[in-house]
Amino acid sequence: MPITKVFSTEIERISILDEHGKFDEKLGKGLIPDKDLVKLYEAMVACRHLDEVAFRLQRSGRMGTYPQNMGQEANSLGAAYALANDDWLVPCYRENCGLFWRGVPMEMVLLHWMGDERGNAIPRELFCTPLAIPIGTQMLHATGLAWAAKYRGEKRIACTFFGDGATSEGDFHEACNFAANLDIPVIFFCQNNFWAISVPGKIQCSAPTLAQRAVAYGMKTVQCDGNDLFAVVKCVRDAAEFTRSTGKPHFIEGVTYRLGDHTTADDARRYRDAAEVEMWKTRDPITRLRAFMKERKLWDDSKEGSLKERVEKEVAAAVERAETIAAPNRTDFFDSMYAEIPEDLRLQRDSTQTHGLGENPSQLDGVEVRKLDHPEHAH
Amino acid sequence: MTAIEMVASDAVPDESSGEREIEFRDALREAMSEEMRRDARVFLIGEEVAQYNGAYKVSRGMADEFGERRVIDTPISESGFAGMAIGAAMMGLRPIVEFMSWSFSLVAADPILNNAPKMLYMSGGQFGCPIVFRGNDGAGGQLGSTHSWAVEGLYSNVPGVKIAIPSCPYDAKGLLKTAIRDDDPVFFLESERMLSMKGPVPEQEYLIPFGKAIVRRAGRDCTIASWGRPVNFCLEAADALAKDGIECEVIDLRTIRPLDLDSVVHSVRKTNCCVVVDQSWPFGSPGSELAARVHAACFDDLDNFVHRVHSADVPTPYASNLEQEYLPNARRICEAVRHATYRA
Repeated sequence: MPITKVFSTEIERISILDEHGKFDEKLGKGLIPDKDLVKLYEAMVACRHLDEVAFRLQRSGRMGTYPQNMGQEANSLGAAYALANDDWLVPCYRENCGLFWRGVPMEMVLLHWMGDERGNAIPRELFCTPLAIPIGTQMLHATGLAWAAKYRGEKRIACTFFGDGATSEGDFHEACNFAANLDIPVIFFCQNNFWAISVPGKIQCSAPTLAQRAVAYGMKTVQCDGNDLFAVVKCVRDAAEFTRSTGKPHFIEGVTYRLGDHTTADDARRYRDAAEVEMWKTRDPITRLRAFMKERKLWDDSKEGSLKERVEKEVAAAVERAETIAAPNRTDFFDSMYAEIPEDLRLQRDSTQTHGLGENPSQLDGVEVRKLDHPEHAH
Repeated sequence: MTAIEMVASDAVPDESSGEREIEFRDALREAMSEEMRRDARVFLIGEEVAQYNGAYKVSRGMADEFGERRVIDTPISESGFAGMAIGAAMMGLRPIVEFMSWSFSLVAADPILNNAPKMLYMSGGQFGCPIVFRGNDGAGGQLGSTHSWAVEGLYSNVPGVKIAIPSCPYDAKGLLKTAIRDDDPVFFLESERMLSMKGPVPEQEYLIPFGKAIVRRAGRDCTIASWGRPVNFCLEAADALAKDGIECEVIDLRTIRPLDLDSVVHSVRKTNCCVVVDQSWPFGSPGSELAARVHAACFDDLDNFVHRVHSADVPTPYASNLEQEYLPNARRICEAVRHATYRA
């Protein structure tokens, strides 16, 4: 037979609590205990409120730029919930909810966007890397983190997040190729929100799913409803179990939508149809989960009211902490450049001169200048 | 995994001790192998480094000794393995990343320039990047302009990196061992033209500190400061000039970042004359940086402005004679010294 079929595949899509409120008991039963579900819901509401406050801070000139997470909360939250607390979370910048769940203080994210790098100094024991603003670089770092965990014989895996636009970057392809070929335990979580700033998904990828990009690398892959917390938890839990037990990577496409602008620097109304946005509002992960919890008698309006109060206080306190932190010292930027500060950098720091490196005495008034060493001689 | 403490070497043997002479490439391998035996966190990753023993046979036998877990063949994907090494370093390992040629590091510019040197700074001191990126740098002998980059011209502008550039087998080993133990990212620039160069390399343990130059030849008339392969051109020029009674003091900086200005200043205060020799292009180069610093530090000591000898400001030519002419060769260095000493 001259023509044979050498490969075919199917992409599975996981949905448990759909946008109409229909719950798949078979897949969803026992997936998230009720008491956890309430906490997860509260985390999404807090994150959403922070988004609204941050937007207002930016509009009133109290913050530089801010990318709202609105509409995508369930993706990173479900992942952070499903993973072990010492698995690496390697985010881009729309994973606030998962980072907060892990324990990153809200004010660190606020500080980051207020333009203060102290917001990046996430304590190591939280196993979160700083927000990665360049598109795609963090996927390679995650691959390296996971590879190093494997090298050290640890059971730790890494989960990295990126958007649909990042799947067009070379870094994405190099990371996937590495992870698949070298058997590296990393989960690639693509938050497909259909828009890379103003560039629609069809310009990023002409295939019907992003999940199938992984197929070409020989990587296990799945698509899930990223606005369905249950589906995300199931997919990440299954992927983590696979990845931890086999040492191999796994791809997840979370289909979601950003309800806000890309950042405060653009206006999505200029490039997106209002009807499309309205349609996605009906699929909002928060309203969907709230309706489910009410139906199951886990939630009511009075609980919602007291949550709202708590969240407002929590976010206001975080804003207060971020805004009242003392400004960094003028010379702080020299301190974390090298493990130990080199002599010429020390001179720059202590003299405030970048052009006085020739030890001109008038420029180095009062600065300790190292005495000349006699150079080493050969032979 | 046991963390192995840094062991200070007691007696540092000098270059002339012992009779053993080995090739530059073997000196590099000895440095890596010794450090990998000493510290289980160190591993080598790159294209062809394991099964093929390295495109230039630098890692010959290392896969046999250390296994595929620690000597890792990668897909042809410089940005991939450079970026991955950053993650591994953030997790506490100490990768040695081999670029077959530093010219190929250009496609890994984002990880090596935009991530590794800034990670410590941008994470508020949380994540360091103790990585050695190493490979062949500069004109390699008719490799054509895309494969002949002297990347120190570009990369030395970036804060956060250290750049070591050995000129002989002894330095290749001692500097590479120091690089592997360093807690910051180090760009280690070798030369394809020097890999077969033989020189004395003691069998005993030794480390060469960064930021400390060495005087390769003493002289009273003119200081010649250089680094890497061109140091050998300087020594050749100094021999020729000595026949005409011009005694040059040749200083090998050994590292570009940190830069040992003091040693150069010390020499210039004696010779009152300075020529800087640098294989990178002249505009905004390590050579122009050193010249500027010498001017500032030795303003009242210099009898002439600091003369610079660089590669010509053109892409590296393919033709053999043109490549020789393009480089800061001994003839061009001699001319510069004669002008600088007013003996042209």
